[in-house]
Amino acid sequence: MTAKLKPGFDISRRTFLKGAGGLTFCVALGADGIRLISEAEAQGAARTMNAWVRIAPDGVVTILSPGAEMGQGSMTSLALILAEEMDADWSKVAIEWAPADAKVYGYTMRNQRIMHIVGSRAVMLYFNDLRIAGVQVRKVLLANAAEKWGVSPASLQTEPGVVIDPVSGRRMSYGEIASFARVPSPLPTVDKSELTLKNQFRLIGKPVPRRDYPAKVNGTAKYAIDVDLPGMAYATAKHSPVQGGEPDNWNDARIKAMPGVIATMRLSDGVAVIADSFPQAMAARAALEVNWKKGAKAEGFDSEAALKETYAKIHADPAAKTQTLDSKGDAKAAFSSATKLYKAEFRSDYGYHAQMEPLNAVARFNASGDRVEVWEGSQAPDASRAAVAKALGFGLEQVTLHQCYLGGGFGRRTLGDYAAEAARIAHEVKRPVKLVWTREEDIAHGMFRPQSFQCLEAALDKDGKVAGWTHCVVGDGGGLLQSGIRIPYYQVPNQHIEARGVSHGIRLKNWRAVGHVFNVFAIESFVDQMAVDQRMDPVEFRFQRMSITPRARAVFEKAAQMSDWKAPRPAGRALGISISERAGSLGTGVAEISLDRTSGKIRVHKVWLAVDGGLIVQPEMARANIESGIVFGLSSVLHERATIKGGAVEQSNFHDYHVLRMSDMPEEMHVAFVDRDAAPSGLGEIGNPWVAAAVANAFYRLTGKRLNHMPFTPARVLETLKA
Amino acid sequence: MVAFTLNGKAVSVEADSSTPLLWVIRDQLKLTGTKYGCGAGLCGACTVHVNGAAVRSCTTQISAVAGKRVVTIEGLSPTSSHPLQKAWIAEQVPQCGYCQSGQIMKAAELLAANPKPTRAQIVSHMNGNICRCGTYHRIAAAIERAAREG
Repeated sequence: MTAKLKPGFDISRRTFLKGAGGLTFCVALGADGIRLISEAEAQGAARTMNAWVRIAPDGVVTILSPGAEMGQGSMTSLALILAEEMDADWSKVAIEWAPADAKVYGYTMRNQRIMHIVGSRAVMLYFNDLRIAGVQVRKVLLANAAEKWGVSPASLQTEPGVVIDPVSGRRMSYGEIASFARVPSPLPTVDKSELTLKNQFRLIGKPVPRRDYPAKVNGTAKYAIDVDLPGMAYATAKHSPVQGGEPDNWNDARIKAMPGVIATMRLSDGVAVIADSFPQAMAARAALEVNWKKGAKAEGFDSEAALKETYAKIHADPAAKTQTLDSKGDAKAAFSSATKLYKAEFRSDYGYHAQMEPLNAVARFNASGDRVEVWEGSQAPDASRAAVAKALGFGLEQVTLHQCYLGGGFGRRTLGDYAAEAARIAHEVKRPVKLVWTREEDIAHGMFRPQSFQCLEAALDKDGKVAGWTHCVVGDGGGLLQSGIRIPYYQVPNQHIEARGVSHGIRLKNWRAVGHVFNVFAIESFVDQMAVDQRMDPVEFRFQRMSITPRARAVFEKAAQMSDWKAPRPAGRALGISISERAGSLGTGVAEISLDRTSGKIRVHKVWLAVDGGLIVQPEMARANIESGIVFGLSSVLHERATIKGGAVEQSNFHDYHVLRMSDMPEEMHVAFVDRDAAPSGLGEIGNPWVAAAVANAFYRLTGKRLNHMPFTPARVLETLKA
Repeated sequence: MVAFTLNGKAVSVEADSSTPLLWVIRDQLKLTGTKYGCGAGLCGACTVHVNGAAVRSCTTQISAVAGKRVVTIEGLSPTSSHPLQKAWIAEQVPQCGYCQSGQIMKAAELLAANPKPTRAQIVSHMNGNICRCGTYHRIAAAIERAAREG
């Protein structure tokens, strides 16, 4: 990659944040991605731009991080990647949020530049660009020191934060260089051979603590809900309980007469109340009596009936509209020549994000009302900024988005819908406004992981190998329904994978690996069923009969070794195993469970997970992120269940939407990485999709019964035991 | 007018007597380390100490703390060096971090009464506090570390 920009490059903003006498590197885009350009180039550009790395004379290096921080640690790890290549002294690195400007700070996906921190992408997709940017900064520092000393840059070296002349022993800190340095225009080019070798990393792959820890143990970490502005009013909202409904009228006079109420406001799908304090706004919301217009698409929708009957009928209907997702070989022929056929059906319920911070945003207009600032914890600050602009009829340049820490994201926070709502309310009441959805609202107006029905069929050939494979998923949600349905880790020669969509008018959303959660449950339960029927060890069955890839085999071998797979377990305990792919990573996990046959409660005692995630940038952070995924998986498998009746969500808070608590935790949880020389792949969602099948497969070993509907609530377990 | 002490300082606030302590602390007294999670005493994100006992500030009326000592995460240690805060960093507990103020306050109540809790006692004591990121193992390990290292 070169630093010289190709014609047509796009630079969108400028705020030279150059400190007194410091050195500012600027970022711009070429056809190949992010790169630094010199200040001279930036100033010569028709439009304006932002700083990416700043070095102050005191040696402080400020790196802008585009990684939304929702717990996974990418705010730290993205800055660390750049710091590694520029050989910065990590103790002098400060991290700031990158502005919400995808043209400058986005990564490229499907020919679009976006900042969405979703799908385990942050490290995976920013890795190369940030490394190259780091090398460029180091080269500029070396060139400046060389000029000052009158030597060749090639004769110099760096240590963290310092340029060294090994011949004379002279040293110059990055801060000193910053006080006189010029950034050449164009910037030096970077060849891949100039990247730091893996065995020379001093930050990547090493135990470096996350930067957000101190603020997160003393209450000073700022989430959007903590933003406090002078003259700020508090708003909350009640959206149509039937998803998609519109308000007709409400008891406006009564609400407006309540203490502290400033205003009410019609939203397209709800009513907002604005008050002097948040408790007053909540009281007003509780007193709201809204008549909703009829005709919302979700009206009358019953999720349990759809799951029990409608989806199966669609699956059985030869005329149903079908989308082929993957097809190879000749599945029909494989089935017609099969020596043995298998078939199984699975179901899964809706899932709610339950991020601990209820959705909220703060908005403030300038005096003339033509610019707005919005504070939000966003997984996609660029999308939030666009959503706010759209809601107000503003141009993007009229909207400033201030990123905050996210009190959990899990896929919900990429739309800016509540940020746009806050901005509209602030516009209406002409005051700064903090909008907070109550927990009840957060659930009632939730966006869910879709429910699903699945049917899988397989055909064994004369050698007992799985030669034919079909998988059909039925439900709402388009791509959300389909993630994880392909089986790249098994090279079954003849496959047909399809989806049959319905539309209920229910709001659906990405949810930590989303479709993987139920698709992998079905796939890996089904494989286990075949292994049992073939009287084979499930690992051996995969090795001998499933045309498993070498990478997948390696994670199975590792997981088997970690869990001592073949060793006997205590009475009443059993193991189950399962694999998942996500964002280029592979994970094979083993769960050891027991069962209380009276209550129907499954207890998961031990978990082992082997992960192939390529190069691991931050091992302890990665481990914590994967542990989080495992717990998320256990929670969704054992407890989480949202249901919709009459078009409205039935659950309302943590008493009826159960998430996993400490007492449900396994006694042991082991995560290990398979060492593989490859670029980093995604880790945020490799921890959860495998859990359901592993638990269900262990349950089969204990009971001889198959759990085929997740979550495996005690009631469902008892039903399964009776069947 | 309700008067009480907050992190060692005398404060008095104008608020309707039924106003939840949580919103008085956050919005009137501007200490935002205490979090809103459920508003119904179900998740523990809003946990503070009242006269040394961990309570859910979202369901505690302000009138109930008149004359009492309220301590929030900001008041746990003037230098953020309470053994639990140090242990929380050593065990790399926080992820999104939103629940952690409540977790630490709940844990501080335990260690004050029981300096060497067993794992079972920790689980039983902490079970009302939800962590959606699932940091429970690290929370338990941090409590054990704080008990060990003081």
